[in-house]
Amino acid sequence: MVQAPERLIGAEVKRKEDPRLITGQGTYVDNLKFVGTAYLAILRSPYAHARIKRIDASRARVHPKVLAVFTGEDLRRDGIGSIPVGWLLPDIKLPPHYPLAVDKARYVGDGVAAVVAEDRYSAYDALSLIEVEYEPLPAVVDQEAATRPGAPQVHDEAPNNICFKFAMVAGDVNRALAEADGVVRQRIINHRTSGSSVEPRAAVALYQPATGELTLYNTNQNPHLIRLLLALTMNYPEHKIRVIAPDVGGGFGTKIYLYPDEVVACYAAMKLGRPVKWVETRSEYLRATVHGRDHITDFEVAYKRDGTITGLKVTTYANLGAYISPFAPLIPTFLYVPMLHGPYKLPNVSAEVYGVFTNTTPVDATRGAGRPEATYLLERMVDLVARELNMDPADVRRKNVLEPFENYQTPLAFVYDSGNYPATLNRALELVDYARLREEQRRLREQGRYIGIGLSTYVEVTGAAPSQVAVSLGAQAGLFESAIVRVHPTGKVTVFTGSHTHGQGHETTFAQAIADEFGISIDDVEVVHGDTDAIPFGLGTYGSRSTPVGLTAAYIAGQRIIEKATKIAAHLLEAAEADIVFEGGRFFVRGAPERAVTFQEVALEAYVPRKIPADLELGLEATAFFNPSNFVFPFGTHVAVVEVDPETGQVKLLRYLAVDDVGRVINPMVVDGQVHGGVVHGIGQALWEQVVYDEQGNLLTGTWLDYAMPKAPDLPSFQTDRLETPSPVNPLGVKGAGETGTIASTPAVVNAVLDALAPFGVKHIDMPLTPERVWRALQAARGQG
Amino acid sequence: MARVSIRINGVLHEADVEPRLLLVHFIRDVAGLTGTNIGCDTSQCGACTVIMNGRAAKSCTFLAVQCDGAEILTIEGLAKDGQLHPIQQAFWEKHGLQCGYCTPGMIMTAYHFLQMNPNPTEEEIRHALEGNICRCTGYHNIVKAIQYAAELMRGGAPAPTPAD
Repeated sequence: MVQAPERLIGAEVKRKEDPRLITGQGTYVDNLKFVGTAYLAILRSPYAHARIKRIDASRARVHPKVLAVFTGEDLRRDGIGSIPVGWLLPDIKLPPHYPLAVDKARYVGDGVAAVVAEDRYSAYDALSLIEVEYEPLPAVVDQEAATRPGAPQVHDEAPNNICFKFAMVAGDVNRALAEADGVVRQRIINHRTSGSSVEPRAAVALYQPATGELTLYNTNQNPHLIRLLLALTMNYPEHKIRVIAPDVGGGFGTKIYLYPDEVVACYAAMKLGRPVKWVETRSEYLRATVHGRDHITDFEVAYKRDGTITGLKVTTYANLGAYISPFAPLIPTFLYVPMLHGPYKLPNVSAEVYGVFTNTTPVDATRGAGRPEATYLLERMVDLVARELNMDPADVRRKNVLEPFENYQTPLAFVYDSGNYPATLNRALELVDYARLREEQRRLREQGRYIGIGLSTYVEVTGAAPSQVAVSLGAQAGLFESAIVRVHPTGKVTVFTGSHTHGQGHETTFAQAIADEFGISIDDVEVVHGDTDAIPFGLGTYGSRSTPVGLTAAYIAGQRIIEKATKIAAHLLEAAEADIVFEGGRFFVRGAPERAVTFQEVALEAYVPRKIPADLELGLEATAFFNPSNFVFPFGTHVAVVEVDPETGQVKLLRYLAVDDVGRVINPMVVDGQVHGGVVHGIGQALWEQVVYDEQGNLLTGTWLDYAMPKAPDLPSFQTDRLETPSPVNPLGVKGAGETGTIASTPAVVNAVLDALAPFGVKHIDMPLTPERVWRALQAARGQG
Repeated sequence: MARVSIRINGVLHEADVEPRLLLVHFIRDVAGLTGTNIGCDTSQCGACTVIMNGRAAKSCTFLAVQCDGAEILTIEGLAKDGQLHPIQQAFWEKHGLQCGYCTPGMIMTAYHFLQMNPNPTEEEIRHALEGNICRCTGYHNIVKAIQYAAELMRGGAPAPTPAD
């Protein structure tokens, strides 16, 4: 296949989406105005677990601005069902999840009633007029405690609150443990966090009774998936529903799912025949939008005297919260357990995971989703082994990382597509001048200052595929992506993609790749996404899949266009098709470059035929569904340098280096931006962020006053560097770059803090490493000393 | 209901409002200027930052009635005659935004800050952003953008031509 010269792939092109966003012209859902809009507010349970004995909405109903009040019973009576689960596992328990609670509320934030009023303020006023008689029930928050006999039961359908059990085994771990020179056992908590996009969720639902069209404008990452889940939940024809995700103010995984509130908005619009808008407040977001992580894990690691790690045995209790969020079963299973092999030779691994219901907000994918949990465990494991052996953590990594490969079959299911782990590790050590850093650390310790150096050597998995395998493992949706590339008569191009961009920059990066493919200007390519009436059936953006899967679909559609355009050019040039060369936006006859037509001339001929024969189909447009043959596996090494004040426990992040290999890079500026943001997301978990419940299930971090988001003064600037090992899975050689930072940075920072504390004998502290936790660990270590 | 008149981007907006109406809702719903976003309920995130009487202010922390007679500048009023303000230009050049939701607040915060401190250090810029939360960028490129904006506003290097 002839390719256009590449001018744009690899270039730092300024983003096409920015002019509207820097001038206040973004189309975020709450900015949309429709005549006659009514406002929805949801009454949420203040109890973690309670029987709903009676709901009296009579005072709310007579409020002059109130249009309607709905309860769970109303929705059920009108045939609104349970929100479906998108990934099923063997023997999984599937208790219903109704959009408004029926009989029982199961977490603080569970919706129990809904008010629709003429304006926002009146809707909230009316919430306080609804009287709900609750009978509080005992609640359970801790997922391990929830499995013990006698624990409060969240759902009758799930004895001991166990939703599923999942296990995988590679090799013989028990033998590795028995034959080891040493074994480290550790319990580690990967605590609960919030994705916390700055835009909370929002929806506007519109209903046309005459046609039955239901339109939902919604902050989501995947409009077709939302439409499908909505059709199933509401028992409403899919083709009568249109879902539009316009500008979305960040997702981080939390906007993948169909939530109860969006269903209620659609229901209310249909009942009232008016546009209904619902906008979440931040305190609602922290209660009612999924949380992430929340694993309690015990592991045992077997190692040899020379630092070779020979076996890993893992038991994890994964907190699912009160209901199964649509993709929750996937996260602590297939996105976690197979990644416990990591970038290492590690031949023997066994893991057992319990997915457990508790009286807390549902947990699902947030940035990283399963891979941060696996990487955190592995990277802590390596440092604990290094500590036991008194070896340098870099040396233990050098000893254990896989040699460079293409298509490596791991013992835990996955085939890693391509990798060169020693290269990124060595590059990172070289860039930080590791030997000099260690020397400086020694020197400063003599002065009573405690610097720590933390490494994280990771591999992660993006661009989930292939669809047939995923479906055989429980997926209720495929994992392909779609695109239509439409060349207009003037040679301008629109790319309709099933991927969605909410910060990732696809309007620019996809345009770069397609403009290169056709040898045309990037100004002549427009990328359209986020509207089920405009784009082909697509699966949206999550798991860093947009570039490896979504862009590849557009590229393949582009190749089909070039194939057809070549036929047209052959007629125009009166030459044999086999003699036509396409280069730099021109079709010409091989050996006679002056006999040429431009891409634009060919486009015009496709719609205004002068020379092409009648048997050649008119138009210049192609659709592609790309179903990759495998996942792709980005990797790299990150280094954090911190200073810990042993008197106060305060951690200061001094320096951070990210060396990543995400395959071929379309726009380095955009990839750097993804890395910066991802790294800070992971640092946030390591040092500050935590969703906290008390024992009764009250949420103690219900606003951003209490949930500690990372802020600019607490962070340094970052150093980024990259190697490029192309992926063999797709024609562009690309992988995904959206989550590497989050996956790598949490363990790098925690390892750095524990490295700083090594002279005090502190081996492990659970995150977040707040001054109080560090100080307490130091006190405990000093007490023992 | 109380009568308020607030001048926003040079245009006078007069309305009878509930005394409890927040300034940010006045700007968004009464004046119809939706560039100013809302990200939290507790004045942590700074997405709603505007310039009020010359100073950066979180418009969710004021009632509209408190702002009767105020002069307000929002993100929509920053570009003049189709020309981006140097801070907007710098955010674009330096990839200082991703999803764009916090961006109007970041830009308005930077607008006031750079008037007070035209030649800031990185540390001063980071300190100035203490009241603005961004989840996408890790602040790295926001800091770079504000440094570059300062340079442009001091009449430093002209803006480079767009990357090709």
